[in-house]
This record gives sequence, structure tokens and C-alpha cells, in this order.
Amino acid sequence: MSRLPTWLWAAALAVYAFLYIPLAVVVLFSFNDSMLNAEWVGFTTGWYVKLLHDADMLRAAGNSVLIALVSSSVATLLGAMAGLAMHRYRPRWLPFLVLTPVAMPEILLGVSLLLFFRQVLDLTLGLVSILIAHVSFSIGFIAVIVRARLAGMDESIFEAARDLGATPWATFRRITLPLILPALLAGFLMAFTLSIDDFVITFFVAGVGVNTLPLQIYSMIKVAVTPEVNAVSTLLMALTLTLIILASRIAPDLLRTRA
Amino acid sequence: MPLLELRNLTRRFGSLEAVKDVSLAIEAGEFFTLLGPSGCGKTTILRMIAGFDAPDGGDILLDGVSLAGVPPEKRPLHTVFQSYALFPHMSVAGNIAFPLEMSGKSAPEIRRRVGEALELVHLTDKADRFPHELSGGQKQRVALARGLVNKPRLLLLDEPLGALDAKLRVEMQSELIALQREVGIGFVFVTHSQQEALALSHRIAVMRDGRVEQCDEPDKLYTQPANRFVADFVGRINLIEVTVTSSSKVLLGLQSPRLGDIAATDLRPIAVGERGVFALRPELVRVHGHKESADLKNRFQGRVRALLYLGDVTHYTVELADGMVLEALMPNAAPGRAKFHEVGDAVWVCWRHDAGVFLRD
Repeated sequence: MSRLPTWLWAAALAVYAFLYIPLAVVVLFSFNDSMLNAEWVGFTTGWYVKLLHDADMLRAAGNSVLIALVSSSVATLLGAMAGLAMHRYRPRWLPFLVLTPVAMPEILLGVSLLLFFRQVLDLTLGLVSILIAHVSFSIGFIAVIVRARLAGMDESIFEAARDLGATPWATFRRITLPLILPALLAGFLMAFTLSIDDFVITFFVAGVGVNTLPLQIYSMIKVAVTPEVNAVSTLLMALTLTLIILASRIAPDLLRTRA
Repeated sequence: MPLLELRNLTRRFGSLEAVKDVSLAIEAGEFFTLLGPSGCGKTTILRMIAGFDAPDGGDILLDGVSLAGVPPEKRPLHTVFQSYALFPHMSVAGNIAFPLEMSGKSAPEIRRRVGEALELVHLTDKADRFPHELSGGQKQRVALARGLVNKPRLLLLDEPLGALDAKLRVEMQSELIALQREVGIGFVFVTHSQQEALALSHRIAVMRDGRVEQCDEPDKLYTQPANRFVADFVGRINLIEVTVTSSSKVLLGLQSPRLGDIAATDLRPIAVGERGVFALRPELVRVHGHKESADLKNRFQGRVRALLYLGDVTHYTVELADGMVLEALMPNAAPGRAKFHEVGDAVWVCWRHDAGVFLRD
């Protein structure tokens, strides 16, 4: 490999700085022993301790984890089915239907889901409406991951299983499922991070009374960006990062550009 | 009763008739080959026998019982796929155990039979390896062991040697013959390689455009091809356009507009005036430097236009007097001399009167 020119290094560094300095500042000030995000006073973990005693915050975090777990489980199941169907039957319309919510602007999805829940279903907004919304935007990601996994496989192994005496169900259980398991786990973790970080869609469909972590942070910064917000943001960041790393370890092809 | 019978089998894909009215009978313990160029319908037939595809007409019978509507997993026959189709998440032993598990065998029996199958294909020491750790030849042997372990009535093989390199292919051919004789299970083998078909099979069905052109033993197929296509597809051959000029019991007089008179033999009743081709294998054509040594019935003068020295044999392309080209294969059996003739040499080609076959158009 040839040496890159200095200016290219500088440009790359500038871009990374632009991306990561704001995040680093948040992490840094979450340990700052001062009410203001202005100057460094001293190191403390006090804000994290304060978080642990904030009942609203804990309730919001509980909601977020619950919604993320349930919605990504349901989305994994449905997305896997969609991915399998897209691979096996190659329907022309299914990829379009499944992937549109992924490409749709979130605010549009939020507004339309809100209208759908209120005007069509006459549903009381709350946990259930948030769950449905999160499932709907996660399915597409999982379907794509599962389909990519299947596309890389020798088609004849599924016929071989049938040929060697396996019923369609046994073929799925013994061959298909173990082979797509990494994709399912990676997809689940992706959906989990999407769900736990989502603000826009959740904001529209949450209604009153149910808060998630991002909504709670938003309501707090309406007053001021307190170090407590920094602390909860840092935790959220750490969780997201861990899940993404885990997902990419389970299915290394996931983070590559080539599907 | 034959083990497997195809009765007027037909399969259409849209307007394309991939398999047209094919009837074949395969006996127990037979090594049967479907041979033909790609797209001739041989793989489609194999897929219909395995149950992955259903015929549009006709029937497939195993031991006289129709297989129509029987799903692949219920058919007592297994397939060896071109890509081997080994399960990547299972070890060699796991792959071979799979069909036994699916048929509900007990754990001790599975262990015993997997052991036997591994021994059969000489892979006992690779039992715990995974498919991606094996060479092509080893994968091939695992696929064979997996196909044979549950003792199917019939093993279907879809170009199983296609992915191997030339040397390994020859080795696997010998192994395959030995294996088939040892287990005594009927093999239905699909290939586009005539050499492979001739080397392995008890009988061969040559296919073209969805039809069986000829079904015979390898030597009969080679020496007595039924038509121009079979003659040309199986092995190398000279095809000379001729008209029948005389026909008496055994002796046949042929006339080539370019070459002149050719003496041939034929047991079939053939009428004077019939047109067709005279098919002559290159190894039956002799090439000589002197007219006197070219002492066979049919003798023509020519010039060596090209030659391929192949070590054991030399492949000559001889241009005859009026520009017609004849191929000849001569063994390099004389000690001390590599080649008998050089490019440009004037030569005489000759062949016995019973060397070739007349094929009607």
C-alpha cells in the first residue's frame, strides 16, 4: 500500500473530529462536577448516582428496554418470515412493501402511524402503539439481513435435506434455522438499537403518560442540558455501541457495504 | 420387473419441451448414465426422479409403483449434487448421520453405520472436520457416503465430477466404479462428458433436445452409433457424406462425391440409392508413408496438414486429394521414433472395409 498524502490524513482526521468530538464532550461533561456545561471543574460520578434515584428516568428506561425487547423479538420473527419469503418465492411486490418503511422519512411514518392509530383503529396511545410502530420500522432491516444471508448460500442444500428424508419442517429446523441464526441475532440487535434510540416516531405515537428514554431526555433539555442528561446519553451511547459491535461480530458481513 | 421405469415422461417449461416422451428402464444394480449436451433434459429427468420436479405427462415407477405425488423425502432414493450440497454447519459425521436421523434410526445404529460409510469412502480420520476444511475430492466422497449410508434403492448423481480437476476426476471415476460394484446399488448418473459416460456405465442413454437418441452399452454406442448425432457426440469421428451404390448381403458399396468409392459392410438391408454418412473412427484409419504398406481395402492419397503429438498416440489431420480432411489416430508404439510423419509429408491413408458404419439420414 502506498503512503497517503498528508492533506488526506488531515481531511480524514477533520471529518472524524467533526463526528466524534460532540459525543466525546457529552461523555466528558457527564463526569464534570458542575451544574453547567461550561468549564471543567472536577471529576465526579455523582450524576450517574443521581440518575439511579430519578424515578421518572428509571421508569422511562424500563419502558425503553421493555419496548425494545418485545418489538425487536416480534420484528425478528416477522422480518425473518419476510426475508425467507423474499428469497424463496421472489415476489416482485414484497421487497417493495417491506423496505418502504425503511426508506420513508421518520416524521412521515410518525404522522401516518398516529393518524392510523387514532382515526382508523381508535387506539389509546401508549405502550401498545409504540410497540406496533417500532415493529413496523424494524421488520425491513431484519428481512434484508436474512435475505442477504440466504442469498449467499448454496440453494441445493435445502433440496439435499429433503432428498435425504427431511420433511419441510425438519429441513427448516435442522438446516435453514441454524444457518440463518447469525442473521437473526444480528437483526435482533439492530432492531433493539433502533428501538431504544428512536425519538421521532415514538414522539408521535407515545401519547401522554408513557415515556421512553429519548422522550425523557428531550423533556429534560427543554429546560436545560443538565449533566444528568449527559450521563443518561453516555449510557445510551455505550449500550448502542455495544449492541452494534456485538451484531457485527455475529454476522461480519452485516456491516460491509456489499449486501 | 425393472427397478426404475420411466414411461413416456414429458416435461414442459412454458413453450419449451425439455423432456419429450422419454421411456427408459433401469435394472437393479445397474450403473446407468444419461449423457447429453447441456440443455438436453438430462438434469430435468433426474430432478423428476428425485421428486423436485413433476412431469407434465407420463409416469415414473419404482418397483412397478408410481412415484407421482410422492414428496422427495418419501422416495427411497438419494441424490449426489454437483455442488455436493454438504450442510456447512455440520461435521462430516453429522452430514452422513443426517439421513439416518431423518429415518429415525437409533443412536447406536447411526454411530455404527456412519463409521461404516466413512470407511467405505476412506474418510474415517476426517469424521470431525467441517465441509469448508475439506478438499474437493473429499467433499465429493462425503456426499457419496451421505447418499449411500441409508441404503437407498437408487443413487442419483448430477454431474458429481464436474467440479473436480482433470487428474482427480480420473481417480474419482475408478473409485466410483469400485464403490458402485461394492454397494450394489443402482446408480443413475448424469453427465455431459462422453469419456466419463463410456468409462463408468453399464448402459448409456444419449439425449438431445429432450429425447433419447440411443440407449446402449458403451462399446455398442461407440462402435454402432444409431445416428449422426450419437456418432459425433460420443468420441471423435470422421463423417463422410455418401450415397449407396451397391448392396449385397454383407458388402456395401458407397460413393462419396469428393472421395470416390468406399467399400463397407453392413448386416442391415440397405437399398441402393440411399443417402447418409459414412462414420469412421480416427483410430481405425492408418497413415502410411508408402503406398505398398497401406494395404487395406480403402486407400486414399493425401498430405499431413497438422499433427498433434500426444505421447502415446499422434493425432493426424490428413488432407486428401480434393481438399477433404480426414482425422487419424496412430499409436506411437515403434521404439526409438517419436513421430512417423511430419506436417507436409505425402501419405497414404487406409482402413479396413468393416471399419466404419453407414448411417442413414
